[in-house]
Amino acid sequence: MTTKIAYDDVEVGTELPAQSFPVTRATLVRYAGASGDFNPIHWNEKFAKEVGLPDVIAHGMFTMAEAIRVVTDWTGDPGAVVEYGVRFTKPVVVPNDDQGALIEVSGKVAAKLDDNTVRVDLTAMSDGKKVLGMSRAVVRLA
Amino acid sequence: MALDQSFVGRTYPPTEPYEVGREKIREFAEAVGDANPAYTDAEAAEALGHPDVIAPPTFVFSITFRAAGQVVEDPQLGLDYSRVVHGDQRFVYTRPVRAGDRLSVVSTIESIKSLAGNDVLDVRGEVRDEAGEHVVTAWTKLVARAADAEGGEG
Repeated sequence: MTTKIAYDDVEVGTELPAQSFPVTRATLVRYAGASGDFNPIHWNEKFAKEVGLPDVIAHGMFTMAEAIRVVTDWTGDPGAVVEYGVRFTKPVVVPNDDQGALIEVSGKVAAKLDDNTVRVDLTAMSDGKKVLGMSRAVVRLA
Repeated sequence: MALDQSFVGRTYPPTEPYEVGREKIREFAEAVGDANPAYTDAEAAEALGHPDVIAPPTFVFSITFRAAGQVVEDPQLGLDYSRVVHGDQRFVYTRPVRAGDRLSVVSTIESIKSLAGNDVLDVRGEVRDEAGEHVVTAWTKLVARAADAEGGEG
């Protein structure tokens, strides 16, 4: 593991650089192909509405993949992530237009743990709603 | 319909190995818009101490979820997959997944609960490489929603 961030340089409350991730229908089609998750709620508006959703929604795993980038871009080495968990609390609704939706992610160090690891608590919002809950990563620092 | 509690603790046979390809990792990294060179450039990955390009942290879900299909589609369990949403997801890594890995998954049903009319199923997927060494464990909570339920990815 070779990370850019030293354990001794962070404290509880240290904020990670926040990032925003745009997501359009095209993003979801591409993610469906790459991940193998072809559930039609992620690309077929008619189907999504038939099952009671407001519109097409993003894959929960897509949101999870974006949120951890706040951590992996901070450390530089994605292999430094030793634990990562989320709860999918609200769907990211993706309208059929050029703008799509925005997933806004911030994170801060919540605890310093053993073996040069820290726990980072992440917050992911879309359209003013918290789309991930209990979103936590444990990452090993230098 | 409440699911059969006798399935708690049931472990399914290991899956056939999934071979992790460099180009599949690249495709996944591009699909999530992540330009970290550790995913696409073997030299950059080596500079970080990895023997080959590594996969983004959530990449392995495609493998564990396919393995969990054995559970979800087990006709004896009787889960209504058309109502299933993803509730929680957690990974604990021994090391990152990397190109060239041949990964096999053992899925276990950890718990079955009925909450407010929803069936809630916790599945653990233990991922090992060809040498039998642990790589990552994935915990997946699946919720078969009652008609008027909220929450979940959808």
